[in-house]
Amino acid sequence: MKKKNLSSRLKKYWPFYIMALPGLIYFFINCYIPMSGLILAFEKYSVSGGIFGSKKIGLQNFKFLFSNADAWIMTRNTLLYNLTFIVLGLVISIMTAFLLHELKSSLSRKVYQTVILFPSLLSVIIVSYLVNAILAGDTGFINNHILIPLGLEPVSFYSEKKWWPFILTFVHFWQMTGTSCILYLANISAIDTSLYEAASIDGAGRWQSFTKITIPCIVPTIITLTILAVGKIFNSDFGLFYQVPMNSGAIIDVTQTIDTYVYRGLLNTSNLGMTAAAGFYQSVVGFCLVFFTNMLVKKISKENAMF
Amino acid sequence: MVRKDLGFQTICHLVLIIMSVLVLFPIALLFISSMSPESDIIKYGYSLVPKSFDFTAYKYIFKEGSVFHSYFITIIVTFTGTIVSILITTMLSYTLTVKELPGRGILSFLVLFTMLFSGGLVPSYMMWTTLFHIKNTIWALLVPNMLCNAFHIMITRSFFQNNIPPAILESARIDGMNEFGIFFKMVLPLSTPIIATIGFMKALMYWNDWTNSLYYITDKNLVGIQALLNNMLTNVKYLAQSMDASSVATDVANIPSLSMRLAIAVVGMIPMIILYPFFQKYYMKGLTVGAVKG
Repeated sequence: MKKKNLSSRLKKYWPFYIMALPGLIYFFINCYIPMSGLILAFEKYSVSGGIFGSKKIGLQNFKFLFSNADAWIMTRNTLLYNLTFIVLGLVISIMTAFLLHELKSSLSRKVYQTVILFPSLLSVIIVSYLVNAILAGDTGFINNHILIPLGLEPVSFYSEKKWWPFILTFVHFWQMTGTSCILYLANISAIDTSLYEAASIDGAGRWQSFTKITIPCIVPTIITLTILAVGKIFNSDFGLFYQVPMNSGAIIDVTQTIDTYVYRGLLNTSNLGMTAAAGFYQSVVGFCLVFFTNMLVKKISKENAMF
Repeated sequence: MVRKDLGFQTICHLVLIIMSVLVLFPIALLFISSMSPESDIIKYGYSLVPKSFDFTAYKYIFKEGSVFHSYFITIIVTFTGTIVSILITTMLSYTLTVKELPGRGILSFLVLFTMLFSGGLVPSYMMWTTLFHIKNTIWALLVPNMLCNAFHIMITRSFFQNNIPPAILESARIDGMNEFGIFFKMVLPLSTPIIATIGFMKALMYWNDWTNSLYYITDKNLVGIQALLNNMLTNVKYLAQSMDASSVATDVANIPSLSMRLAIAVVGMIPMIILYPFFQKYYMKGLTVGAVKG
């Protein structure tokens, strides 16, 4: 009985399956086949054997990977940059959203928003040009128009490590503040204004109504976005870390992340197994992090969990 | 009270003005330097107040075919990619809103799961190059990681759920319209806001993409505008070297490489600057929908 029911339902719904098909095929090819390719991490890849037929060597690739200082450096960089981006990002984007929201004139709000959002439209390549125009050793703005006129020694940024944690953090926020503050702005704008009125009648100042009303109202968004960010803590913006420092070898200690390591490894196919192991490490640890943070959130407040 | 408020408004404006200046400064530097003579850039560095204006770099771009060719490649890829991905994304999202569809839960999960877990670069690279042989074909710019993603499926699906009344679709069914007709003649026309949103985001992705080209393209004929800029970033003389010696043999040596690559960067930014005002509303909508439900 039930079977017949199903087949009649399938008959009724076949046009939908046809519409879904191109998208599903795409997801299968683009996402699911590569997932099975993670097996490369356990193989000694050979062209003749291909992805699935190469010799299985167990955990050998991982042993090589973690016996190397690279593994520690790239993990440290990836985690530290992401933690900085998450923590500082919360402060910067909430403050920006708050300032935009407090503006009386909606025209100037629109102008500021348009300007701050603009960098998110630019490709990393263009951003690298902008950074280069400012930092370049010979023609850069800082050296030619700030340091030399002040009588200071010019700095060759692309070969000095100590600047890059600051530069990359700045560039990240330069480009992303617009998009991340929009989320909070939409949230803050949706808060019932009568709450603020009641608070100001009770004599609450601006700071108090910010900490006692605004922040608690946007906590769900903060949690959701933070889970998403923690889930991606093993990933990095490849362009930012590879392209903006112009692939400079001298500063690799502070710019190498797992993504740049994997790409650099891919250029050198003799080490494919180790590169695949690094990719596997990134995918699996990243997934576990999403899973556990989500579980944690489920315990604290169920409605904010993602799945 | 009023005075205190005025003070606070001033602080708000002041902070936001500083942020805006920080945002605009490098962009202005790029624009102005692209219009400076090459000799000035070499002598004084990139500057906001140029000694003189000079459009040689732009003249070279218009004379030189390879910049046009890259531009053309990017336009074709952006245009085709955006249309195809809008079609694929809306069709799949619409299917996922049909409540009684057998297997809907599984399909939704399969789409969502791709946001949480991925095979990463090495397996994808191996698959695209050894299984599908897309290296140095136009497909490499269109397909890998670009065509359809779970985030866009989710925002499109929630748009359909909240904005397309099922009653209209039901009455069309009773009138004998088939499902494809309903989707193309009724659902899509009612969905222009979300099509504008994901369309703009897709166009932006395709226009700005350089990674697929980095991974899969070595053929000079398939170098898009971002890839061209990338090549010139690491090698200022890239364009001069790749120029056909016979076509502009006269002054290859005098090409203003520094200002020219800035001019190409400006030209590469312009289409998005033109589209931005028209699509800003939809772009912002797309960014906020994501916040409501991660």
